[in-house]
Amino acid sequence: MTATRAPRREAPRFVPRNGKLIAGLTVVLAFLLAALFVPLTVDHAPNEYVGPAAAPPSAEYWFGTTTFGQDVFAQFVYGLRATFLVGLLGGGLAAVIGMAVGFVAGYRGGLVDEVLTMLTNIVLVLPALVVLLIVNAYLGVRDVGAQALFIGLTSWPWAARAIRAQTFSLRSRDFVDLARLSGMRTPKIIAREIAPNMSSYLFMTFILLFGGAILIAASLDFIGLGPTEGVSLGLMLNNAARWSALHLGMWWWFVPPGAGITAVVGALYVMNVGLDEVFNPKLREM
Amino acid sequence: MSLTVTDLRVHYRTARGDVQALDGVTFTVADGEIVGLAGESGSGKSTLGTSLIRLNGRMRHVGGTVELDGVPLPIGDSAAMDRFRFRSISVVPQYSMSALNPTRKIGRMVAELLASRGERLDPAELERRLALVGLSSDVLGRYPIELSGGMKQRVVMVVSTLLNPSLLIADEVTSALDVSSQKAVAGTLLGLRDKGLVTSMIVVTHDISLVYQIADTIAVMYAGRLAEKAPADVVVTEPRHPYTRLLISSLPEVGVRRAERRLDGIPGAPPSLLDPPEGCRFRDRCPLAYDRCAERPPFAEVAPGHFVACWKAA
Amino acid sequence: MSRYFGRKLLIYGLTFFVAVTINWMIPRFMPGDPVQSMLARANIAQPEAVEAMRAHYTDLFGFDLPLWKQYANFWAALFRGDLGISIWLFPTPVTDVIARAVPYTLGLLLPAVLLSWIAGNRFGAFAARRKWLDNTALPIGYVLTATPYMWLAILLAWGLGVVAGVLPVAGAYSFAMRPEWSWDFAGSLLQHWLLPFASLFLVAFGGWAIGMRNMIIYELEADYVHYLQSLGASRRLVRRYAFRNAVLPQITGLALQLGVLVAGALVTEIVFSYPGLGHLILQAIQNQDFFLLQGTFLFIVIGVLIANFVIDVAYVVVDPRTRIGMGGAA
Repeated sequence: MTATRAPRREAPRFVPRNGKLIAGLTVVLAFLLAALFVPLTVDHAPNEYVGPAAAPPSAEYWFGTTTFGQDVFAQFVYGLRATFLVGLLGGGLAAVIGMAVGFVAGYRGGLVDEVLTMLTNIVLVLPALVVLLIVNAYLGVRDVGAQALFIGLTSWPWAARAIRAQTFSLRSRDFVDLARLSGMRTPKIIAREIAPNMSSYLFMTFILLFGGAILIAASLDFIGLGPTEGVSLGLMLNNAARWSALHLGMWWWFVPPGAGITAVVGALYVMNVGLDEVFNPKLREM
Repeated sequence: MSLTVTDLRVHYRTARGDVQALDGVTFTVADGEIVGLAGESGSGKSTLGTSLIRLNGRMRHVGGTVELDGVPLPIGDSAAMDRFRFRSISVVPQYSMSALNPTRKIGRMVAELLASRGERLDPAELERRLALVGLSSDVLGRYPIELSGGMKQRVVMVVSTLLNPSLLIADEVTSALDVSSQKAVAGTLLGLRDKGLVTSMIVVTHDISLVYQIADTIAVMYAGRLAEKAPADVVVTEPRHPYTRLLISSLPEVGVRRAERRLDGIPGAPPSLLDPPEGCRFRDRCPLAYDRCAERPPFAEVAPGHFVACWKAA
Repeated sequence: MSRYFGRKLLIYGLTFFVAVTINWMIPRFMPGDPVQSMLARANIAQPEAVEAMRAHYTDLFGFDLPLWKQYANFWAALFRGDLGISIWLFPTPVTDVIARAVPYTLGLLLPAVLLSWIAGNRFGAFAARRKWLDNTALPIGYVLTATPYMWLAILLAWGLGVVAGVLPVAGAYSFAMRPEWSWDFAGSLLQHWLLPFASLFLVAFGGWAIGMRNMIIYELEADYVHYLQSLGASRRLVRRYAFRNAVLPQITGLALQLGVLVAGALVTEIVFSYPGLGHLILQAIQNQDFFLLQGTFLFIVIGVLIANFVIDVAYVVVDPRTRIGMGGAA
């Protein structure tokens, strides 16, 4: 069969039926809305000393207070903001770099591919968190933006590799040949013919990078290399550990931030499985 | 009577409903007969081939019976079918190039496959059969990736017929090959029958001119049903069904040999098998269609061994 | 095959080169003057260390030397095994500090990685064939992989250590003991090892199980599986072949996950004050001990490179296609 037109996916028909996709999306959206709007209802800054010290959860302080009398709930909802922000910026940047490298390497092939693949493999082998440790340790002042920037710069390689492989397989398809014969330029072919045909794949890649960025940021924050100002879920864990919340039995200090990260990232992953099942019917059979 | 298929109906489950891929197919294959099963892609010919040996996860046996050498085949029950597979009925699949486990040496794979069926491997016999298709026994010590596509296909032919099955289904075995290799493969298939390694054969293809060289009988499928079945010469020289006629006339002497190529002369396309129309399924495209075609034509014997599903042909 | 290893070694060599260069560049080109500010801070905390630091920095960076010369000196020092003097444990050389910590990290990381990989693969393949198990195990697996390593570590320490009081939650052995060859000491080591091991193991296990489950499902749709089934091969044989082929991408996955696993081990050690490299990193950061931090960085990079190479060798052993030299390996 000769396909001169790019195949169109009929997947959206199944979207509403996939439970995993719905469940994941619901959780992610719920947390996102909480991060966006709940802080507006909190009338004190997250790091302000507002309440009694080390109080367990109560009607007034839903998640209790820290050793210093900070409101854990306020820190949690503000921290969620930082989590989504770092995921969006870090994951987004990694996705952009991964796509640029993957598309160009896969489409152009030859020497360009050799060089880019080499670069990808080098960055891939370097343990990202450890590189981030070094960079952040020397940075005097740190904020979420810089953190996301460096996370984006170090976590793109696997995405680039995957996208390169996909591009490679699309490159010789009839509709791409046709576009090339009709004199379309490379960036346009990539944008108009190749990217749309792997859009679902690109989206899933972004989701994984998003989740990965959140986890790396949390580790950095926990080690003590988080934003110097402000609050994040990882910083909350860092503070809880530093001020012995564990030994003092102040579970309300360290349970919510970790649970928040796990819920958001887990929901992203589950959402991804749902998407995968929607786009690859083979998996749905199971 | 080797194979008897009666009113076989197989559906595909899809998200949008059941696709009636096989809708009442009846035919027989005699001992020693090679039947060429031709049709466009989507006509159900491959479904027919596969459903005789192994329904895949989305295929459902809806009705009809299959008998091989007088024994009914439980084609809807995969576990019960295992007894017949390989021993009585076997297949050379469309995907022969990738049918061998990439991480096992071929000899070991064959031994393990036979062992799992409780059969003993006779190395001398295996070598003899490899030689029959022009392969040296060295291939047994190699991984599939070390063989060419044609070699892999020949290995699969040997493996599939190791237990001398009554019926071999060859599914589009030539579609990925160039013309000279196609001839060689056709010759090999003939050899399998002539040397008695298989009793009968169904050769599924969209290439009528190729199957004409080896088949005793040609059956033409259209939209999930048999349109015509007759001795190979008759189908090519005196087709009765309007679809077969168009198909044959679209074959030039040299050059395009694929029935799969859309019949440009006939307006329209095969009907959707999701919700097929009543009556003859070719009638929307048929130049001879008339009122009666709203009723399903029987697959009737119009001359000895010549069956046609068309009111005009009767 | 030699081409395959040649390429891999070239990449690892370049990676090492890049890592060393990063190590050299960051303190040199970061905004502000980290060396000066570090000296200033150290001046207060560890006056006796300042001279040593200044000497080392001058030696390394030789601020009046041309850049290429500074860079060359840096490499020369590296090949002498000179990573500087630790500020935190002044005047112990950084290499000694690291050498003392490495066994703890390896003792934690190696069993956790290998066992979670083996168990996760087995379990994933097992779960893939049972619908009910698949439906219950899968969500748990996803929750586990989404869990930040340090949080699971904290939860385990809190639940089993603080609340239940069953296992110790800090250090590698009882504070009342000194390292020695005795059953008591070994028992104490094991006790302290269990929780950090368990938390590393669990998070990684979830990931492997999910990966294997998905790979098996793909493999069971592969052509060679359909062919075997068409010939009535036993389920056991089909499963065995599918597992064998599904393991290959899991080996590649192991290489890809090394960085994440190491990161997991570092934060887990921090939670349990386990005296491995993670603990060193925390101390280095808190004490502004940049020699120690950079030394640890290099050490981890080298470790990861070696592990990658070992995995490459394993891959070649398992996948005939790489041996034949026709590609196949990612």
